[in-house]
Amino acid sequence: MPSTPADDNVWRGNALPLLNEIRHALERLLATGETTVIDLGALPMGAQDEAELLDALGTGEVDATVDAGGPSSVRETAFHGVWRVTHRNEAGETQARFIEIAFVPELLMSQREDVTDSSNALSKRLGVEQNIRK
Amino acid sequence: MSALELLTWARGTGLSLALVIFVFGILLRLFEIFSLGRKADLSRARDTSPGSGWRTIVRRSLPPPGLFKRSPVTYIGGYVFHIGFAITLLFFVPHIELVRGLTGLSWPGLPMQVVDIAAVAAILALFVVLASRLTNPVKRFLSGAQDYFAWLLTLLPLLTGYLAFHHVIVDYTLMLALHILSVELLLVALPFTKLFHTVSVFVSRWYNGDIFGRKGVAS
Amino acid sequence: MAIDGPTIAEVLRQQGISRRGFLKFCATTASLMALPPSMVPAIAAALENARRPSVIWLSFQECTGCTESLTRSHSPSIEALILEQISLDYHHTLQAASGTAAEAARKAAMQENAGKYLLVVDGSIPLGNAGFSTIAGISNLDMLKETAAGAAAVIAVGTCAAYGGIPAAQPNPTGAVPVSAIIKDKPVLNVPGCPPIPVVITGVLAHFLTFGSLPELDALGRPKTFYGETIHDRCYRRPFYDQGKFAETFDDEGARKGWCLFKLGCKGPVTYNACATTKWNQGVSFPIQSGHGCIGCSEPGFWDAGPFYKALSMPIGPAKAAVGAAVVAGLAAGSAVALRNRSAKKSAQAAHQKVTVADLEKSK
Repeated sequence: MPSTPADDNVWRGNALPLLNEIRHALERLLATGETTVIDLGALPMGAQDEAELLDALGTGEVDATVDAGGPSSVRETAFHGVWRVTHRNEAGETQARFIEIAFVPELLMSQREDVTDSSNALSKRLGVEQNIRK
Repeated sequence: MSALELLTWARGTGLSLALVIFVFGILLRLFEIFSLGRKADLSRARDTSPGSGWRTIVRRSLPPPGLFKRSPVTYIGGYVFHIGFAITLLFFVPHIELVRGLTGLSWPGLPMQVVDIAAVAAILALFVVLASRLTNPVKRFLSGAQDYFAWLLTLLPLLTGYLAFHHVIVDYTLMLALHILSVELLLVALPFTKLFHTVSVFVSRWYNGDIFGRKGVAS
Repeated sequence: MAIDGPTIAEVLRQQGISRRGFLKFCATTASLMALPPSMVPAIAAALENARRPSVIWLSFQECTGCTESLTRSHSPSIEALILEQISLDYHHTLQAASGTAAEAARKAAMQENAGKYLLVVDGSIPLGNAGFSTIAGISNLDMLKETAAGAAAVIAVGTCAAYGGIPAAQPNPTGAVPVSAIIKDKPVLNVPGCPPIPVVITGVLAHFLTFGSLPELDALGRPKTFYGETIHDRCYRRPFYDQGKFAETFDDEGARKGWCLFKLGCKGPVTYNACATTKWNQGVSFPIQSGHGCIGCSEPGFWDAGPFYKALSMPIGPAKAAVGAAVVAGLAAGSAVALRNRSAKKSAQAAHQKVTVADLEKSK
């Protein structure tokens, strides 16, 4: 009988150092504007540790879904500037989970290459339409 | 041979060999000592002092009046080493597991941090008493190669254990193997060196106390 | 499949994946390769130019558990991995072709991509009778040598290929050896585990795919990013070890509270692997989280490294019997010494001569 509910009902304290790391990252963001990304997949955490962490972070104002190669969710926590970013593939399977400390997570920003493509595409389409009107 | 294979040998064949020599050596030495016997003391006892031997066992563990002040390094160093070593040996959970594996006996261990402090204290004490042995002319005069060898044999298990626990210098697997091997070296040498005092200390103290009691200087 | 095809970035772009999607792909790849998120820009730059490599996968004395593990890797999924990122040109469990056609595919891939393809091997190689394991009438040894000759690098997947594994466990009836015992002139990377964590397999492939080279290896040929630390050091139950809180049995209060499994034989302290952080089944859990100690499956010779359920500090040899024998021998030898001492004393007493005052006077 591997994992009983009681199994994970223990305070192990593994979330605490991570919360401190986030605090430092916030200070860094304010001082220099440098963003920090923490890979949750690279940290030793039990289910309870993670629940504790997410509990401590809470949920904030922004909740966004990015549909690029599968749905990714970007959720601001109760602490402004601290974001939970979860990448999923087309099958909806979680691929990677990050905590991002930034004013805006990279994933939400439109990328220069994409904007260039869009600008070209729009010009082309308008060009075609304007030609038709002529 | 990989580190894990070395560890497996140390836990298996190596440990068995070391224990055989250790147990054999201790029994041999005990028989040797006890079978020597003493000549019957034909003189009349100066004093009837029942329990002098037992009291000496305790008394000799405490510094005689005045001596503590005259050679504090010897006493403090000795106490710190022996107590630290005993805590490390007897209350580190993996050590208790070893005893349980061999005998089925077990007792509660201490938190790792406590054992860690005890081990560090014991290691430092060993270096302090070595320095004292080297600098004090009397101690240096009394010391032979075997004394330094015994010192090294005692240090190695503590040092390798500490390094293994803290993952310093080499990886844990190899250091753990070296730790166990150093203990095996200690086990093998113990019956045949002055380290045999681990077994004989209280016997000889009792004997001294008892004979001194007969001579009129009971504890 | 030719190596000079479009780059990975181009493939993704052709599939209509935006730059944003590409960056997401890079972020998950970084996570997959156990690289810090700060490496994402470097990965993006590398993938701009990376081309899909040809991969030949050979299976020797193995149980297919490693392939089972790989096909359950989720990020990137095996489908994506095969179809989009690598060109798996030969894998006799997964390929459609069989017999002569399969062997022809291997030869073709070897010729087209000579010196550039990646060779993946699972299973150990028997050096005893070649008939212990053959494929298409070719002995494992010959096939490995022939295929490795033109490979850029060899990846030994699973403990059997990396260190011999269960076929090489005592008494090793087939004379099984790992890949590294045979291939000396190529870089051999070991991805041990029984089986290895799926994302570690794909992570290593992704590293080769991204940077065109093998990651940094430890002394046992394992990538340091995944095998750099022990299970114990990365275990979420480590605080209990430090506090001295241990499960004594698999169903006591300590076990229910999730305390440390050291006393139940956990090999976490001597096992280098990524289970404690990467975990299994899409990051759901790993053995220790499910209440069972680590058995050390990514270490060389783990089958012969003592019982799985004995604490690491416990003796594993015939210690008790040996001590029993030593007691008997010690008693016997001790008695002999005692007898000799007695007789020496007796003869000394017998030889004792008394000296009187008169004798002393005489000798003056």
